[in-house]
Amino acid sequence: MRRILALLLVCLMGTAGAQNPPPKDSRRSGFEDMGAATQAMQKDDALNPGMLWVQDGEALWKQPAGASGKACISCHAAAQSSMRGVAARYPAFDTGLGRPITLGQRINQCRLQHQQAALLRPESQELLGLEAYVALQSRGLPLAPSNDARLEPFRQRGQQLFMQRIGQLNLSCAQCHDGLPGKRLAGNVIPEAHPTGYPVYRLEWQAMGSLQRRMRGCMSGVRAEPFAYGAQELVELELYLKTRAKGMAMEAPGVRP
Amino acid sequence: MARTLINAPSVARRGEVIEIRATIGHPMETGFRAGEDGKVLPRNIIQSFSCRYNGELVFSAELFSAVSANPYFSNDTATTESGTLVLSWEGDNGFSQAESIQLAVTA
Repeated sequence: MRRILALLLVCLMGTAGAQNPPPKDSRRSGFEDMGAATQAMQKDDALNPGMLWVQDGEALWKQPAGASGKACISCHAAAQSSMRGVAARYPAFDTGLGRPITLGQRINQCRLQHQQAALLRPESQELLGLEAYVALQSRGLPLAPSNDARLEPFRQRGQQLFMQRIGQLNLSCAQCHDGLPGKRLAGNVIPEAHPTGYPVYRLEWQAMGSLQRRMRGCMSGVRAEPFAYGAQELVELELYLKTRAKGMAMEAPGVRP
Repeated sequence: MARTLINAPSVARRGEVIEIRATIGHPMETGFRAGEDGKVLPRNIIQSFSCRYNGELVFSAELFSAVSANPYFSNDTATTESGTLVLSWEGDNGFSQAESIQLAVTA
């Protein structure tokens, strides 16, 4: 108990630094703070369990779905060329909806409108598989969030959410991830929260998960009510985080402890 | 069919020691966890893994509830002659999967 209180104190003392995001050139991906074994797991495609989901995605890419009888490949051709760099610029503004949507939401929108197929459930093996397969095509490319001016109010709301204290522990994302990265929360190094590897295979989950799952986990960690999957707030947070990590190399499918 | 990631050389010199690495997608449900309805989820694990080289057993393992989902195995074997490596996994609810790797051995 004493240890938990001490940790909380450390978290609270960091509040002062919360307004100053780390300078751009010193940003660290969570990859760099992982153990050598976990890093090796991510680097080797024959070891990275995320590649199991990539296999699913690759199969789904070629498999016709819905009333249209079309597969992703029917319109988009080979993902290796058509999807290169796509994941690096999401969330993107959708003109029809008048708001930004994530890569997963775009995939589902494509299924609904162009394939006339059933929507894929958030965090389902199929959706994560397609996301991972599309994200893989951007591996190594710099994160390049869209500079569409219409995204700006959403990005600002995302930033405001990042700074806002939430939950019974009354902590904001920024207090830990801007203020205390590199320090420890129990046995774990606090990362700078750059979403470079999503969807990631997380050893704790023993499965693949999206950035929304990760953020929801953090929210229940500070004993706040997590936003529902697909909630506008989570999209806005993602938009802010992607902007904050602009220029960092994409790692998907990442592995995290 | 479960998904697998297999990494092994397709060509090796006689007597060379090769490494065979395999991951299989499997939930490895322990049989101790409660589901959302509070009821214990029935155990669903892989119970054994084996690697056979031209029919001869070169590696095997027994798995239990403590093994994580999507288990990974790596094992070595010295090559003797060209042939087939068969990796097989067996488990609860009649789970059974085998994957073959063709290996060409040069002098």
